[in-house]
Amino acid sequence: MKKTNEKREIRLSGTGGQGLILCALILAEAANLESKFVVQTQSYGPEARGGASRAEVIISDKPIDFLMVEEADIFLALSQEAYLKYSSNVKKNGIIVVDEEIDPAHYRTKVNAFPMMRTARDKLGSEIVANIVALGVLTSLGRLLPAASLEEALRIRIPHHLELNIKAFQNGWELGMERIAQGGVETV
Amino acid sequence: MSRRLMQGNEACAQGALRAGVNFFAGYPITPSTEIAEIMARKLPQKGGKFIQMEDEIASMAAVIGASLTGAKTLTATSGPGFSLKQENIGFALMTEIPCVIVNVQRLGPSTGAPTLPAQGDVLQTRWGTHGEHTIIVLSPASVEEAYYLIVTAFNFSEKLRTPVILLLDETIGHLRESVDLEKYREIRIVNRQLPRVSPEKYLPYAAEENEAPPMIPFGEGYRYHVTGLVHDETGFPCTGNNTAIEKLLRRLNGKIKAHLEEILLFRELLTEDAEYLIIAYGAVARSAAEAVKLARNEGVKAGLLQMQTLWPFDADFIYKKTSQKKTVFVPEMNLGQYAGEVRKAIGNTVPVIPIPQVDGMLIHPRKILAYLRGEEKYAQVF
Repeated sequence: MKKTNEKREIRLSGTGGQGLILCALILAEAANLESKFVVQTQSYGPEARGGASRAEVIISDKPIDFLMVEEADIFLALSQEAYLKYSSNVKKNGIIVVDEEIDPAHYRTKVNAFPMMRTARDKLGSEIVANIVALGVLTSLGRLLPAASLEEALRIRIPHHLELNIKAFQNGWELGMERIAQGGVETV
Repeated sequence: MSRRLMQGNEACAQGALRAGVNFFAGYPITPSTEIAEIMARKLPQKGGKFIQMEDEIASMAAVIGASLTGAKTLTATSGPGFSLKQENIGFALMTEIPCVIVNVQRLGPSTGAPTLPAQGDVLQTRWGTHGEHTIIVLSPASVEEAYYLIVTAFNFSEKLRTPVILLLDETIGHLRESVDLEKYREIRIVNRQLPRVSPEKYLPYAAEENEAPPMIPFGEGYRYHVTGLVHDETGFPCTGNNTAIEKLLRRLNGKIKAHLEEILLFRELLTEDAEYLIIAYGAVARSAAEAVKLARNEGVKAGLLQMQTLWPFDADFIYKKTSQKKTVFVPEMNLGQYAGEVRKAIGNTVPVIPIPQVDGMLIHPRKILAYLRGEEKYAQVF
């Protein structure tokens, strides 16, 4: 855990239906378990699936006034459309995490590409858990919260498919840890 | 651990349950759907009733009917549904039936933008139904306030026998934050007053001056008539009796105004020595609080008056709070609905500057800060 930063702003984005809001909800739940102040908001269109979707989490040691992320410390994009739409307003030294399937030709800054969709598909058998793989990547790479709190949050919020989701989280967490060990974390 | 993560809409549902709600009728609509969802799950477990009606008109009617049988009743909706409920809200006002209506505002008019926040219904809550009436509208700026204010809404509704509206915006309805509900363990719950007379002596609309009449649930052996027409103490129409008509209208409005001090809820942040006062409500109050702190860091003496009770509007109170200030700013996600009321209360004594926004986004603190610095021409950037 970083002690220096008392407020961390996280923006998650992707396509509606990918589970970005659920991902944010679990992150917020874990922050609450760590006795942090936390707010979680979302922005999405009227459609049930498709369209760019965004979820935000602010974690702080103090009560939070403004509810939206101003400049993200950590930004996730699981789709190209979401990357293009939401990747501005990332803090200097902030971390951008994108799925490797986003065309590098679109990168506007230094990013950290990870095989999140591929891991979910090939190693876990379902693209549906790409959001939880991403959760693992973000939290380890950004040193956001202890893994134990996130796993507890998964237990609280996704009791029905827990095993798969814990596995997805751990896969993501390891992807992040490997990158840290290689010293390859890129910041803005 | 007492702090838990909760959504604004969930807090409405949990608060309503804490207040003793046992009947919900509604028609699900974004961004209020979670309230109906939770009610559908929880109410049957505690012996209550949940009904999904064919539309919002019927939902409002069902809520009124159930309340007449003694139930504590709730409905929840958003713009298009709120418009449909207006006639029956007027019926509840006229017949003095307690009930709580939650409106989680989306951007309108019409279907508008179902998932985007706005505060365009502020004047509709005040004047949505026709005829001379006074209505109570409460508006939370946090998940915890949503919980507390819906309990309060039920209490006002029961005590004064009147519909009460809880007005949220999409931001607060869908907001999740960590809340501590432990401190509300001992919260006071008010229930409607029962008559102390026998059925044959019961006059359903006999009340003290500026008070609500005691109310007996249907089915207890007390027979009485309920009508949206003007009525006298017996509950029967009195359209030919102008004295009785005026007496009714005066009491319906007077019973709320007489309790204004109790009803008027607000919070203040650094208002005492403030030269510039922001008046805000709902999610925008959170942006305004941040703006006040940013301004103070720059040496600009700003303060925030957050209105939790939007209606009735106490012009004297607003006048007192603003008369010593240099400027009053009213940021809101509409084109100046509450700012107009503030201006009416203050007159020309202090300039009232609206900070309007209708793009479906929450107002940014830096936009408010730009106004506080006198740089409103730069405020567009945010």
